[in-house]
Amino acid sequence: MAESRSSAFDRTKHAPVPLWRDIRILQVAAQIIFLVLVAAFFVILIRNLVINLEESNLAIDFGMVNRPFGTMISEGTTSFKPGESTNLDALWVGLRNTLRVVVVGLIGATIMGILIGIGLLSSNFLVRSAAWSYVELFRNTPLLVQLYFIYRGLRLTMPIKLADSYKLPGPIYINRRAVNFPLIEGTDTASRLYIALALGLTIGITLWIWRLRVMERTGQPAHTLRWFLPPVIGLAVVGWFLAGDPFTVEDPVLQGLNFQGGDKLTIEYITLTLGLVLYTAAFIADIVRAGIQAVPFGQIEAARAQGFGGGQTLRLIVLPQALRLIIPPLGNQYLNLAKNSSLGIAVSFFDVYNVANETSNVTGQSVAVFAIMMVIYLSMSLIISLIMNALNYSMRLRER
Amino acid sequence: MKKLSLVLALIMILSMALPTASAQDGGSLLDVVKGRGKLVCGVNGQIPGFSFLDPDTNEMLGFDADFCRVLAAAIFGEVTADNLEFVMLTANERFTALQTGQVDVLFRNTTWTTTRDGDLGIDFGPTTFYDGQGLMVKADLGVTSITELDGASICVLTGTTTALNITETMETLGLAYELVPFEESSQTSAAFEEGRCDALTSDQSQLAGLRSGLADPGSAVILSDVISKEPLGPAYIENDSVWGDVVKWSVFATLTAEELGIDSTNIDDFLASEDTAVQRFLGIGENPSGSLLGLDNDFAVNIIRAVGNYAEIYDRNLPPIGLPRGVNALWSDGGLMYPPAWR
Repeated sequence: MAESRSSAFDRTKHAPVPLWRDIRILQVAAQIIFLVLVAAFFVILIRNLVINLEESNLAIDFGMVNRPFGTMISEGTTSFKPGESTNLDALWVGLRNTLRVVVVGLIGATIMGILIGIGLLSSNFLVRSAAWSYVELFRNTPLLVQLYFIYRGLRLTMPIKLADSYKLPGPIYINRRAVNFPLIEGTDTASRLYIALALGLTIGITLWIWRLRVMERTGQPAHTLRWFLPPVIGLAVVGWFLAGDPFTVEDPVLQGLNFQGGDKLTIEYITLTLGLVLYTAAFIADIVRAGIQAVPFGQIEAARAQGFGGGQTLRLIVLPQALRLIIPPLGNQYLNLAKNSSLGIAVSFFDVYNVANETSNVTGQSVAVFAIMMVIYLSMSLIISLIMNALNYSMRLRER
Repeated sequence: MKKLSLVLALIMILSMALPTASAQDGGSLLDVVKGRGKLVCGVNGQIPGFSFLDPDTNEMLGFDADFCRVLAAAIFGEVTADNLEFVMLTANERFTALQTGQVDVLFRNTTWTTTRDGDLGIDFGPTTFYDGQGLMVKADLGVTSITELDGASICVLTGTTTALNITETMETLGLAYELVPFEESSQTSAAFEEGRCDALTSDQSQLAGLRSGLADPGSAVILSDVISKEPLGPAYIENDSVWGDVVKWSVFATLTAEELGIDSTNIDDFLASEDTAVQRFLGIGENPSGSLLGLDNDFAVNIIRAVGNYAEIYDRNLPPIGLPRGVNALWSDGGLMYPPAWR
């Protein structure tokens, strides 16, 4: 049919299609024009920027990263020497502080989000209502307000005098400034313990995988924990004795105006991490709920029919299927959390954004500093995206 | 495409940071301000005595705010609600606001330093207030000197010279300390009051204001140690000497008026004065005064009528928060205030 029509079509009877109506040429031309317009837009913007900067005597100078950073960064590190360390060192310290918040925040928000997400679907009225109230409250108020609320709240309710600090066994002291706890450090021989632990874990995980294979092949119960724990614990004990006493413990002691020794989490760190966890967990909870509800109810009925208990159904049937739907939106929440960490400046947390602000103010190189800032946050976000994409890929439905 | 749009957004933001052509194109900022009919003045807005929004009248009060009025009176002949706009800026925002032309001048307790003058694209005017950095500590600590502050938590404003000075001082003294940086002075005093810090460091002038703002001013004491010198004055965009002259001589006019004994109450008597120094200053007769600067010839009269001389500005704002005149007295009274010759 098609052939007969094309043969009936006589090319010579028609004038050739003019250039301006040839769809192939038009397509290419449109792309070229668009590209030129975009390029011109960039050139105008950059020119405008450079000219204005030159007129204001503000040439962009990335050399300022090597100038000394004059303000003490008390958050998170003791190796920082103000006046000797450069702006770059300061940014690095700030980035480490940001990562401390982001990593702990991601883990905390995930665990809490999953628990609350399951709570949203609970058949227990009290649990369900509590979970819903939590999600609606935290999802519908601004994070900045929550951070201020937590910060002022902690500052007003914790003991004002260090000597009156709440004391927990450890000893852990909680007051208006920080949570002080003992600093545990490995001694020179601690590496023996680490090696033993690593060895134990390797053997344990190998056994675990082997048991799973056995179960898949024979249908016998796997009893993975019974095989996993003995080598891990056994080798850990052996390692402990080999290393002698592998850890030194330094307790915080109230001396003069502050606690000396030990380690601490400042109230600012706690506020920011807690705020990010509480806020993001509300979103994650709803994502988890949606993911679980998207699993067809027939799957659950089938599992029940086969004698799976409630926990088993959730763990073995529902969650693996729900995860595929959960992971993509979860990645977005992770990105939000990472970027929201820059709100630390509102609660006086010395994160990388705060350091950059200070650097920009002292050196006046706001364009250069904020270019660096964008690179840092962009890299962080891209790394998170990359990990989530890899996870998504590994969880995808494998069609056979 | 995702990456492309990202780069696009980046460049857009960068270029927006410095909008349109700056004032230098068509001449001085003075012409721009006159053409606009309004002076935009950057202030702090949170320090009682210097610049503070009166909660009842919603009016910007204080020493710095009054110098904004001095400048507006010099340019427009009078201060009205329409020809002067205050913009409240944090320490971190102030220089960008000036560089980008968001404000015409900064009267925002800004310390004159080499880095800022040389590297930020801004120039500094005459010092309006000689200050020094000090510390306020909780009274119940029983501390009398900075050397006793070993291990202390110290609240400080970010992006200020005070943060740099306290770091340097504590390092030099070899004391352990913890800096808690805040964006706004209201936050530092709240954190201090709520016990987050043992001490709060800032310019002595601000400490007095912040202390008077505490729920219980008796719970804090200001140490006598002064750890730095802080000459505070106006700042404006670099390389605009016409505008710079206007700012400088407006400030000098308030000082010269005090030298000559002219204030807002007796200015009308002086208009008929036979004293040639007074005539030169007020631009009476054929004496050129403001006309040399591109202003009304009698701009000094306008300033004094609208705001008063330096002593009036000072006494109106600073003694009430516990700041005596001190080194800010006229040179003839043993202070540091010494306006150049008016001729």
